[in-house]
Amino acid sequence: MPTFYEAIVDRLGPRCLRTWDSHGMLVLDIDASQLLVVVEALKADFGCALFLDVTAVDYPARQPRFDVVYHFLAPAQMQRVRLKLQVDEHAAEVPTLTGLFGSARYMEREVHDMYGIRFAGNADLRPILLYEGFEGHPLRKDYAMEHEQPIVPYRT
Amino acid sequence: MAVMDYLTTRKDDLVGWVRKFSLFPYPFVTACCGMEFMSVSSTLYDTDRFGAALPRFTPRQSDLLMVVGTVSHKQAQVIRKIYDQMCEPKWVMAFGACATSGGFYRNYAVVQGVDKVIPVDIYVPGCPPRPEMVIDAIMMLQDRIANDKHPILPSEQPPPERS
Amino acid sequence: MQYRPPVSSPLAQPLDPSHVVVNIGPSHPATHGTIQIVAEIDGESVVRADVHCGYLHRGFEKEAEHHTYHNIIPYTDRLNYCSAMNNNFAYAAAVETALGIEITPRCKWLRTLLAEYNRIADHCTCVAASAMEMGGMTAFLYLMTVRDYIFEHMNHLSGARLTYSYVRIGGLARDLPDGWLTRLEEILQFTENYLERVHGMLDRNRIFIGRTRDVAAMTPEHALHWGYTGPILRSTGLRVDLRKDNPYLAYPDLDFEVPVGIKGDNYDRYYVRMREIDESIHMVRQCMAQLPEGPINVDDPRIVLPEKELVYTRIESLIHHFKLVMDGVQVPAGEVYSAHEGPNGELGFYLVSDGTGRPYKLHVRSPSFVHMGGMHTLLEGHQVSDIVPTFGSMNMVGGECDR
Repeated sequence: MPTFYEAIVDRLGPRCLRTWDSHGMLVLDIDASQLLVVVEALKADFGCALFLDVTAVDYPARQPRFDVVYHFLAPAQMQRVRLKLQVDEHAAEVPTLTGLFGSARYMEREVHDMYGIRFAGNADLRPILLYEGFEGHPLRKDYAMEHEQPIVPYRT
Repeated sequence: MAVMDYLTTRKDDLVGWVRKFSLFPYPFVTACCGMEFMSVSSTLYDTDRFGAALPRFTPRQSDLLMVVGTVSHKQAQVIRKIYDQMCEPKWVMAFGACATSGGFYRNYAVVQGVDKVIPVDIYVPGCPPRPEMVIDAIMMLQDRIANDKHPILPSEQPPPERS
Repeated sequence: MQYRPPVSSPLAQPLDPSHVVVNIGPSHPATHGTIQIVAEIDGESVVRADVHCGYLHRGFEKEAEHHTYHNIIPYTDRLNYCSAMNNNFAYAAAVETALGIEITPRCKWLRTLLAEYNRIADHCTCVAASAMEMGGMTAFLYLMTVRDYIFEHMNHLSGARLTYSYVRIGGLARDLPDGWLTRLEEILQFTENYLERVHGMLDRNRIFIGRTRDVAAMTPEHALHWGYTGPILRSTGLRVDLRKDNPYLAYPDLDFEVPVGIKGDNYDRYYVRMREIDESIHMVRQCMAQLPEGPINVDDPRIVLPEKELVYTRIESLIHHFKLVMDGVQVPAGEVYSAHEGPNGELGFYLVSDGTGRPYKLHVRSPSFVHMGGMHTLLEGHQVSDIVPTFGSMNMVGGECDR
């Protein structure tokens, strides 16, 4: 009887570039074109009904520059799965998961705000933590932390 | 005339006494200091003893704007508009380290002190400040209001505009 | 000064010319100061709602990239500031997993005790605020008194009333002072007494039931689709609790129940939180009874700051202290995602380390942020006056939502 993780690797391993274990959690490294297929399979066949998180990591010295990281939870087995894909800075676009999970809306907006990665199919990529008129993407490594962009003119 | 001066100072004392014991705060609560604000308004450390208990959640009816918590750049427009909507006389208390000077957030999102956007009368340091410090601040503000000039008669000059 | 909304809303163009678009917040007593809800209203019922957050974005993740692992601890306090220790412990657990160390038994039990104690404070705050926003000022004052006693007690332990910064990587800042546990028992009895009063005031109160029953009800599938975890997911009937299913700290050895609701409406969320306070009190008592003796911190000089008297008398301790403060704990390169059951739901920390003393990336999976993403579905179709109880029952904490 294969374990939860073994079953996933058997079924989805061929679609992944690499799979490994990170402190007890299965990590699948996939290509952006495989994202929707893999996530649908995880949701429909493996019970990953809770989309926990999407975030990105910036490696400015590396090509492709960004790592987009997804976390899923299967409540019935209480196991988590991490998905990673790599995105180039100049073609920073990833398919959206809003069709499968409603919670993707806000989280993808945040990643767009902070890193500038677009989610194809998510019609609502307005700023969420920042404001319109803010130039740049703060969590990128080349954005200086103290660079403020005030809206209200300072007194004195 | 000396008698007019004497009457004006007595009037100032009376108006100052009335204004200091009937402060209507507008708690502009954003962050963790809001928890201490809730504590200071509750039974153990009561602001009702100082007349400053009833919060008026509209700027039109309040006279003490308490900026409780961190002000981000996104929020700065809101606070400027609220300050502009308040009528004279009005006072501003910067409650907490973040409102006073940005706290320990020195980054792209936080205004380094709300006094960059609105004039502040009294600063309360602390992260978050103990309720006793807030009460001390209210008492200091009350002393200032008591000793201030209150030009309410038509013959007196209105106070200079602070922006 | 011309005011321009910082983020435009698609609701600026209403669907029907007879609908009114109303702006609630961000400076509003019931939106806990930092959420703006733009609602399109037809008479009294909300047709569409657009929830804007981000007014308290304080750049936690950017700050974390520039600070050492110990320096980040005060920033984690201010995430869910109602229960600061839960954030502290979740963060420390992520770093400790990345380091590959195991904390001492006494530390494990003490962290469990304090996490549950803080959960009591957080749920008290949530219930108090929602009761007050519906007009029940007495319940608010009762629970604030309870919470104030808890704060003073935590002040005795850690030096601060609200933002404790009590955790250290590999242990805790200091051990319990004398007499702390006796006072803890007094406070628990006091809490139970006051909770009974609050139950008496709210549970069968016609007005409270009228305002919260069948308002903003959710099915478990809806809750999972929109990413709800914690008491909100449990109020829909799904028994998902990290403390039972993925136990960490001392939870495997504790005996407790996980309260579950029926309909997932505002009343169920209130009741699940009240029952969770009872369970937390029971857990704190078990922790008090089973607290083992022993050291608080892991015995590893590369992680834990040495005792002050050793720093002043021995050269190795001085060097360790210096390296730990200046360079930070050296965490091996890699990544880890570690989640704890916070009072709002799954609080996760995703840490990417590059082998130095500062994280390469630290991301907080914050439950409140995800809950705000789905909240518009709970507001649409209900009345304007239902916005306030629904929002209160979500327990949106600004520091956690916007980070």
